[in-house]
Amino acid sequence: MGTFHSDKGDLHGMTVVVRTNGPRVYVGRCDEHRPDGIILNDVDHHDDGQDGKTTDQYLEFASKYGVFKKHDRFVVPQDEIASVTRLGEL
Amino acid sequence: MPYPEEMVAPMRAEVVDLGVQELRTAAEVKEAMANSTGTALYFINSVCGCAAGSARPGLKIALGNDNKPAKIGTVFAGQDREATDAARGAASQFPPSSPSVVLFKNGEPVFYMPRHQIEGRDAPSVAFELVGAFDEFCS
Repeated sequence: MGTFHSDKGDLHGMTVVVRTNGPRVYVGRCDEHRPDGIILNDVDHHDDGQDGKTTDQYLEFASKYGVFKKHDRFVVPQDEIASVTRLGEL
Repeated sequence: MPYPEEMVAPMRAEVVDLGVQELRTAAEVKEAMANSTGTALYFINSVCGCAAGSARPGLKIALGNDNKPAKIGTVFAGQDREATDAARGAASQFPPSSPSVVLFKNGEPVFYMPRHQIEGRDAPSVAFELVGAFDEFCS
């Protein structure tokens, strides 16, 4: 059974980790990565050290179980993005 | 907003045709989960082709394994919301995800495969993970 998604790039529909130039990391399902930023659905974010967890500890849980979303939809501006990787590849 | 039922029906059938019990209401989910002895698998179905397109055939392959859960049910995320919420509520320590697979043993969730572990993988790869869980918990 096929997909219903339009062509929005290879990351469309994939759960991704967006590392920023600062202490914050975002995890969400990529809708589209455009020149001005990445549009995410069902998004959580974590600041290094938040709730006593480092970014690595946060991502370790996320890679096993996923994330509890804080936002239905969120745009991370391109000038804040350090890297985008698939959560399933961590 | 749910998809039109005629669009979703083949995706329901793809799972139900495996002998999986479809649970359309919260009451049906609670009844199915009432007897928690033994092993039970719940498949959270989804329209998304990025993951569900390999999750359903992956489940089909996995259910051909000698070891498999005694009970197998499915709910459809985004379509049967109350049923999906009820199924997710039984494993609320895990973030909601669809499609996803949760395996219970004696009422306790012992294995969880969320959507991001399915995305980009083919059906045999998904089946490989499920069979590993079946052999560990259902033998």
